[in-house]
Amino acid sequence: MKHLLSPLDFSVQELDELLALASDIATNPTKYNHHCDGKKLATLFYEPSTRTRLSFEAAMLNLGGSVLGFSSADSSSAAKGESVSDTIRVISCYADICAMRHPKEGAPMVASEKSRIPVINAGDGGHEHPTQTLTDLMTINELRGSLDNFTIGLCGDLKFGRTVHSLINSLIRYKNIKFVLISPKELRVPDYIREDVLEANGVEYKEVEKLEDVMPELDILYMTRVQKERFFSEDEYLRMKDFYILDKTKMELAKPDMYILHPLPRVNEISVEVDDDPRAAYFKQAQYGVYVRMALILTLLGLN
Amino acid sequence: MLNVGDLNEGFVLDHIEAGKSMMIYHSLGLDKLDCCVAIIKNARSNKMGKKDIIKIEGGLDLVDLDILGFIDHNITVNVIKNGEIVEKKRLSLPSSITNIIKCKNPRCITSIEQELNHVFMLTDEANMVYRCKYCEEKYKG
Repeated sequence: MKHLLSPLDFSVQELDELLALASDIATNPTKYNHHCDGKKLATLFYEPSTRTRLSFEAAMLNLGGSVLGFSSADSSSAAKGESVSDTIRVISCYADICAMRHPKEGAPMVASEKSRIPVINAGDGGHEHPTQTLTDLMTINELRGSLDNFTIGLCGDLKFGRTVHSLINSLIRYKNIKFVLISPKELRVPDYIREDVLEANGVEYKEVEKLEDVMPELDILYMTRVQKERFFSEDEYLRMKDFYILDKTKMELAKPDMYILHPLPRVNEISVEVDDDPRAAYFKQAQYGVYVRMALILTLLGLN
Repeated sequence: MLNVGDLNEGFVLDHIEAGKSMMIYHSLGLDKLDCCVAIIKNARSNKMGKKDIIKIEGGLDLVDLDILGFIDHNITVNVIKNGEIVEKKRLSLPSSITNIIKCKNPRCITSIEQELNHVFMLTDEANMVYRCKYCEEKYKG
């Protein structure tokens, strides 16, 4: 039985198969309407989430399956002090597969050790969020036709952003990817990403402070939110905040076929005037998130 | 050097960094053994200047070499039979260790689920990096 706890749990070949299935689902969604008839997905969300939980639920419903679960720790037996290990043993009797979000890092791994059904990590604290990474990979793959040979700019909070770390870890397995890391110096990627991941694998990268300086080089721009409270001082925040807001003026510097991705929710880092630009792919990305979760459910249930 | 008496059957943990012997004594659970254990602190060493030594009477199965390897893989284990050194064992870093160290990450699931084992995996042998199996936080001494 296979679980998905980290984006690296799948080999490149397994990922290729998953993304091919997701792509087929995107092309022929109705073909898969009954693949999960009679199957149940348990969504075990120990902390609130809108998009991820609804995306999982939509995925299972699209496959003809049904969904049960809880959406906060208060409404689960965790409020009575039940351990994750005990909860998953019980849920294994009720459902065929489960998606778990938990504020504590490693909780889905604990669940996977006791579970009789596949466990999908739907986000464990600041640790991993593998289905967001699958969504990002599918979006790039669909828009560009491949996961090789491109320059990706990662912009914003690169220090605390788990989606950025997971994406870098996954993309270094593909050929000829160049990384441009765009952030204030306080929010640069952690040393272990720079040293153990990028440099250890001989991956080409550079770190810059201003988005507009590198816009013309990028094939993909992955935006994340820069939060005011991450800065050391108010002055520093005021000096830098506009560097990381994407607007029409900055988009004029971009290639005509550069795509903008964002894990959402967006606050003000992408101006709404950019939404109508054909290169804005972040809402399409949310749709791909459902397709790739459908492919994941089918794969883990062995129904692909 | 102070003469503690010859060991006829047992083993000697040599080249312990000076001052670490008591920590090793407790980590290996030597305080719970019935056999004869001698701790020599600050012995003169050509290689190290000062070192600690622990002599233990009995079979090598009395101690967990993985724990010892994790604490300091430069320690030499001399196996003694009939008063002679019959084997010098070199320690290596164990690939995983269970319940020897605790994960200090307050965001880790081990911080709230008391019954979980604290398991650390060796992720970078050259730099002796161990990471928590669950949250992947690096162990810092």
